[in-house]
Amino acid sequence: MTTTSSRILSRIYEIVVNILDFVFGGLQRLVGANNMAYVFVLPNLLIFGIFILLPVILNFFYAFTGGTEFFLTERPYVGGQNFSQLFDCESFLDPNSCREDLFWRAVFNTAGYVFFQVIIMVGVSLFTAIILNRKIVARGFFRSVFFYPVLLSPIVVALIWKWILQENGLFNGILDGMGYDKIQFLTNVTWARFWVVMISVWAYMGFYTLILLAGLQAIPSSLYEAAQIDGATKWDAFRNITMPLLRPTMLVVVILSLIRAVQVFDLIFAFTRGGPGTATLTLVQYIYEIGFASPARRFGIASSASIVMAGVLVIATLMQLYLNREED
Amino acid sequence: MANASEFITRTRGKKSLHITDYLTYAYLTLGTLVMFGPVLWLVLSSFKSSGEVVKFPPRLLPYQQEMVVVEGYDDPLPMYSATLEDGTVRDLAQIRRIGLESQLIDPANPEEVIKVNIENREPIESVEFNLNNYREGIQSFDFARYLWNSVVVTVLATALTLLVNSMAAFGLSKYKFAGRDAIFVIMISTLMVPISVILVPIFLVITNVGWNNTLIGIIVPGAATPTGVFLLRQYMLTIPDELLDSARIDGASEWRIYLQIILPLARPALAVLMIFSIMWRWNDFLWPKIVLSQSEFFTLQVGLQTFQSELNIQWHLILAMTVLTLLPITLVFGFLQKYITTGIATTGLK
Repeated sequence: MTTTSSRILSRIYEIVVNILDFVFGGLQRLVGANNMAYVFVLPNLLIFGIFILLPVILNFFYAFTGGTEFFLTERPYVGGQNFSQLFDCESFLDPNSCREDLFWRAVFNTAGYVFFQVIIMVGVSLFTAIILNRKIVARGFFRSVFFYPVLLSPIVVALIWKWILQENGLFNGILDGMGYDKIQFLTNVTWARFWVVMISVWAYMGFYTLILLAGLQAIPSSLYEAAQIDGATKWDAFRNITMPLLRPTMLVVVILSLIRAVQVFDLIFAFTRGGPGTATLTLVQYIYEIGFASPARRFGIASSASIVMAGVLVIATLMQLYLNREED
Repeated sequence: MANASEFITRTRGKKSLHITDYLTYAYLTLGTLVMFGPVLWLVLSSFKSSGEVVKFPPRLLPYQQEMVVVEGYDDPLPMYSATLEDGTVRDLAQIRRIGLESQLIDPANPEEVIKVNIENREPIESVEFNLNNYREGIQSFDFARYLWNSVVVTVLATALTLLVNSMAAFGLSKYKFAGRDAIFVIMISTLMVPISVILVPIFLVITNVGWNNTLIGIIVPGAATPTGVFLLRQYMLTIPDELLDSARIDGASEWRIYLQIILPLARPALAVLMIFSIMWRWNDFLWPKIVLSQSEFFTLQVGLQTFQSELNIQWHLILAMTVLTLLPITLVFGFLQKYITTGIATTGLK
């Protein structure tokens, strides 16, 4: 039964291949064998050009035009006005003194989030990877354990933790059981910011742990054996073998986690919606709100803000790549 | 006891477990608890009744008050363990409550009504996994439709991604043509440009193409992933050119070479990209949120988020729907976890 059906399937596949071959064979005779490369690249290039490259270019048109009109032909050219409006601050350290105060709040929130998230993420992931690299039973199982939350969607992660941290949730239940008062985890500014970082680490650390573990396993064990013979302690071996050889992997992890932290949106949006107040409003949420969710859609400001953000991302990446090259 | 501990800590080869080994396993146990605990808590909570869900302090397992059907009463009556005035404790069914007074009867002897202060009675409960949240949730939350939309988007988008990316990777890795390196460099440089940065213009393009509120508007734009092209191209570079040349001498067309030589040989890389694509598409939120404004086209993630912001207080329904949303990906992970983790470890992307 299975052999007949698989034979039928492979027969169908063969027919499809033959039909396609007939069509593309004709095409090949028309354009020549080497030019078939264009035929192969074309579909991807079309989608890429229309939906990624073109929007990247159009973004600049939005950033240099004003008004609330959506279609570019109806938007007046305003030069750098959107940018100067974004940077119109009496003091850059005080969002209240800025004309677009929400933008600066988002910038500071995102900067703080990125700083703590990247440090904790890299620290926890590295520690976990080192633990998983020891001689342990069921390494595959534990590796999967830490990886499982990575697969969950940000919306689901946010809801799980909102449920745990809400006023009558598990954590407050435990606090209550120990005789403490309830804590408003989600409506207290400091706690909300703290948990936003922690649930991000919870959700994504498995991914970075995997990469670091692969990096650790790529270090030849003969190096450690040689060091042991030379009388090096474990700490010596870690500092002089593991750390230098893990550097390239660490760089990848730092850059990836940094880029993704700057772009954070859905997790925090579903978790706190940027609140309490604007305490966890991030840059992408700001762009989303200004461009899509607020009644007056200020596309110019949204686009300018996204260009500023892209600029920061590119500079941060290039800087880290450069620093790494310097030291090699 | 000494023998028992010796038995547990016995290891192969090594003499015995070092203190660092204990710490290692302690950390791993804690990690397992922290990683699985929240999900387990969600699942347990989703079986609680709507009244139990809002109770504080919360209890670990879902409890349900026991009910009893008594002749002469239409509805089942809730059971209580009541302390009577003489100090005896009896299991009684409550027929009604007036102010601070509870009127109870013995199910075996329904004639006699016993009056007790409500402070002196405790509900009799037993552990019961209640499916009402799921039933009610599926009715008020259009789960089947959102699931269908999510499946359609994930399957079609993944198929399209694999096709166009592998074609492009083949063209970029196995041919020399004018503009090849330029195309590759431009694609790679947009790796750093996240979708969130080009929200506004991408919405303009979608609107101009007329794909607002269509599933195709979610499927097609993300299909030309630079990541996928890069991954497949790097893999295809390792396929020897001699193989293609000998096929050409045998008269195979370029298209046949792609279908019957390149694709089968690139299967490991295609599998990795497939897993990623499924993960990206199933969990995607921002893109569908921008493209879709009518609920009939919502994917699960958008539907769930809208559902929870509309019904902020109805936790019992949100919990059940969240469990249903995370179930498919958990099952996939259960079956494919080995491939997923090794795939990511070797390619270093997500």
